[in-house]
Amino acid sequence: MAYLEGKNLVASYGVVPILHECSVEVEKGELAVIVGPNGAGKSTVMRVLLGMLEATSGSVTLDGKDISMLSTQDRISHGLAFVPQTKNVFPSMTVEENLQMGGFIRQDDINKTIEEVYALFPILYDKRKQLAEQLSGGQRQQVAFGRAMMTKPSIMLLDEPTAGVSPIVMDEIFSNILDVRNAGMAVLMVEQNAQQALNIADKGYVLVSGRNEHTGTGKELINNPEVRKKFLGG
Amino acid sequence: MTSDSIDIINAFALLTNFVILPALSYGSQLALGALAVTLVYSVLRFSNFAQGDSMAFGTMIVILLTGFMISRGWTISGIPTALLVIPIAIVFTSMYLLTMDRLIYRHYRKIKAKSITIVMSSIGVMFVTGGIVRFVLGATAQKFEDGERFIFSVREFKAYTGLEQGIAFKTSQFLTITIAFLLVAFVFYFLQKTKTGKAMRAYSDNKELALLSGIDPDKMVQITWLLVAALTTIAGALYGLDKGFRTSTISFITLTNFCLCHCRRYWLSNWGNCRCFLSCIF
Repeated sequence: MAYLEGKNLVASYGVVPILHECSVEVEKGELAVIVGPNGAGKSTVMRVLLGMLEATSGSVTLDGKDISMLSTQDRISHGLAFVPQTKNVFPSMTVEENLQMGGFIRQDDINKTIEEVYALFPILYDKRKQLAEQLSGGQRQQVAFGRAMMTKPSIMLLDEPTAGVSPIVMDEIFSNILDVRNAGMAVLMVEQNAQQALNIADKGYVLVSGRNEHTGTGKELINNPEVRKKFLGG
Repeated sequence: MTSDSIDIINAFALLTNFVILPALSYGSQLALGALAVTLVYSVLRFSNFAQGDSMAFGTMIVILLTGFMISRGWTISGIPTALLVIPIAIVFTSMYLLTMDRLIYRHYRKIKAKSITIVMSSIGVMFVTGGIVRFVLGATAQKFEDGERFIFSVREFKAYTGLEQGIAFKTSQFLTITIAFLLVAFVFYFLQKTKTGKAMRAYSDNKELALLSGIDPDKMVQITWLLVAALTTIAGALYGLDKGFRTSTISFITLTNFCLCHCRRYWLSNWGNCRCFLSCIF
């Protein structure tokens, strides 16, 4: 059984069905990527895994334990962390305060973790007294990352971390993600830049209209002619 | 000293007595109410039209408790009894506001109602609250001031300085300005430095992300109402001590508070509260 497992998830917004028996799983130290066309339900999978949207059926297990019934906050304290695509920082708070808020639920000393985040993203240390809204897109993404890491999560969920950033910043963000994975965390991300994401992914899921269309390692999917034709532009 | 410079000093004394001191204390009373409106607007995202009547409610409790204390002879000479009962009045007002939140606002938060819907329901709360206050106290003016009236009177000031114009400094003015300053400083410190205060700002900034950081939304809402209850009760009591209490007048304070709340966009920034306080005074 995988570390985080979403099994046969069915979900809908009101009467509009989004997910039909969709399954994803990710191991510790592994990077899994969900790709697919717009409206395929990629972000919805994340919301269901996090308990922000209730699944009509299916189960979510973490380390073999069923967490389907837990609230979002309880799942966070069990080791899940989420970086949303937009609105992923507290704009009118300083970088340091953003990180402190990330560690809100922790009772122990969070200063050491803040130091670790600064070590990973040195630019944030220089800007620690600045408001998050004054940072550039890439820096803000780092704050969002840092905030999510403050709970010392065992698994990170990322919703389109490279949306709207320049190619150089995109490479930087991907290398940050690999760092996080290499540190032993499980990473599950939704990506629009399918080609680049599958290149670095250990595992990939192609989602179409809420169903698992293709599953395989990143390499397999890139080399799969059908996936190439439909989703990677030939 | 030439007579010219004496004139200037006299003019300044006159101005202080009739403009600066009354304006400072009135501004302080309004500032506290405005701060409460600002808190509700920032955290709960609606303009609380019931603010003035919540103030009336808080003052009502203060008046009732003050009457009770005086009738029992439980007073301390020199200090207005109203001040002594404020903490208990805050508890009652908190309970009232939290009940209203439970009964009304929580429902609209749950169904994610538009801001204007909640504003309209707050007008309903305003009428109900005003009704309760009028039912209990009636519409006549109430005075509940006791204790020392003046820190120094016009006559004492003239005798001491030998000036033609005098300054009277009322106890209620002194208390109003001091307490307002301390409260604004406290709220500033609370929001900037404490973990709970920062969490409130985070919740106000980005609700979804606050939830993802494990910040309990219900708790944030409750703390907001508690702060609002404290600010409201104190502001109402100080206003009543200074100017006497009349339900209809105090209800209108809502409007004044709102005028001052253009400062709300500053409230999260470092000097926000100070600026809010200063602009309210002037």
